Amino acid sequence: MLAKRIIPCLDVKDGRVVKGVKFVGLRDAGDPVECAQRYSAGGADEITFLDITASHENRRTLFDLVDRTASTVAVPLTVGGGVRERRDVSELLHAGADKVSINSAAVANPTFIKDMAEAYGAQAIVVAIDAKRVSGETDKWTVYTHGGRRDTGLDAIAWAKQMADYGAGEILLTSMDRDGTQDGYDLVLTRAVVDAISIPVVASGGVGTLEHVHEGLAGGGADAALAASIFHDGHYTVAEVKKYLLDQGVCVRPPEQD
Amino acid sequence: MTTGRVAIVDLGLGNLHSVAKAFERAGANAELSSDPDVLLRADRLVMPGQGAFKECAHVLNGEIGEAVRSWIDSGRPYLGICLGMQALFEASEEAPGEKGLGIFPGTVKRFDADLRDAEGRRLKVPHIGWNQIESTHPVFENGEWYYFVHSYYCVPDDERLVVATTDYGATFCSAIARDNVMACQFHPEKSQHAGARLIGHFLGDVSWS
Repeated sequence: MLAKRIIPCLDVKDGRVVKGVKFVGLRDAGDPVECAQRYSAGGADEITFLDITASHENRRTLFDLVDRTASTVAVPLTVGGGVRERRDVSELLHAGADKVSINSAAVANPTFIKDMAEAYGAQAIVVAIDAKRVSGETDKWTVYTHGGRRDTGLDAIAWAKQMADYGAGEILLTSMDRDGTQDGYDLVLTRAVVDAISIPVVASGGVGTLEHVHEGLAGGGADAALAASIFHDGHYTVAEVKKYLLDQGVCVRPPEQD
Repeated sequence: MTTGRVAIVDLGLGNLHSVAKAFERAGANAELSSDPDVLLRADRLVMPGQGAFKECAHVLNGEIGEAVRSWIDSGRPYLGICLGMQALFEASEEAPGEKGLGIFPGTVKRFDADLRDAEGRRLKVPHIGWNQIESTHPVFENGEWYYFVHSYYCVPDDERLVVATTDYGATFCSAIARDNVMACQFHPEKSQHAGARLIGHFLGDVSWS
């Protein structure tokens, strides 16, 4: 039986792990390669890097980081942030990423996703959706781009469907209302997207407790749970999260004893 | 244990970096190449695969395919991964009319569109993520977890080729072995401890069957 995945996410800026609350107020949380190794050893099913480095010159730092991580970590590595053109995708894959996550560039040019899925296979192309609940609505969300600064007005559910149709291999769904709050995933949003498409959905944004992870996978129906601060801040190890989920009857790959 | 040189067949269809890295982590001297001479001079041959069967079949229709075929005939150790497993069969539903290497009789089929788990929930295709294998083969541990990414799976005519199966709505063949050839649908290079063990076997003094 296919296991639900636990994915620690590392927000990376200029070669360091950072984590903000609601996309602002960044704190330094360590060396990405070391973090990735620690999480992988603890049973992480996949590692995600989201690069929020502003300047294009510092992209080299990211490629180096991806290369060093891929050299030592034997689980899939997803990298996103600032992916605008084909060359960005190809450079990341060549540096050792298994999947590349694309956000703003997909909105700017949806056929980019089609082209990339054809060129590199759907399995390598993740579309990241930053969704924010429309004020006053209970079941309507719009898609934001540019690190959460720009409201595109696109309906998040329709957009997820379109991206699945265009060949995305996976949707990385972040609730901007919950991101960094530790109040738990937006389960209504997660469930709505899961029910609308037939490709895997990775839930993101808001995990603060073990129960939140369970809710996202069970109630939310996500295929994978992505979390950042509960791991970086040392609240829980990946192994603890998995043990909890196993106790709740969720199918996860048990952490190995080294 | 002498690992010698491992050649990784580069069909020009995808990212093989992680495969090369996995062999380097295991202490092997791994080289990516699409040059038949380089491939044939190695001690061990790995054919990974990402991408589509059609493009793969096209590339294998040329001299690289000949090199792989003669390698397998020579009895030296071969490891096929994902598309590198599927390419060993005759044809695939993914690309009707295209020919695989045809080393083994059999075809490659797509998962049913209406695949369901034991509780009746619809399963997604591609099958992406960690799943277990059932195996009594000595290079595997029964119940080991491996990382999968695929929509198609091999259906060998000869069931005795099958050395591991996996359950995803239905039971499918997740690894085959015969003589010098081992091939798996999952990705050992992404499968942490289990993958490292399999790669270790391949680099060691092992006969697959």
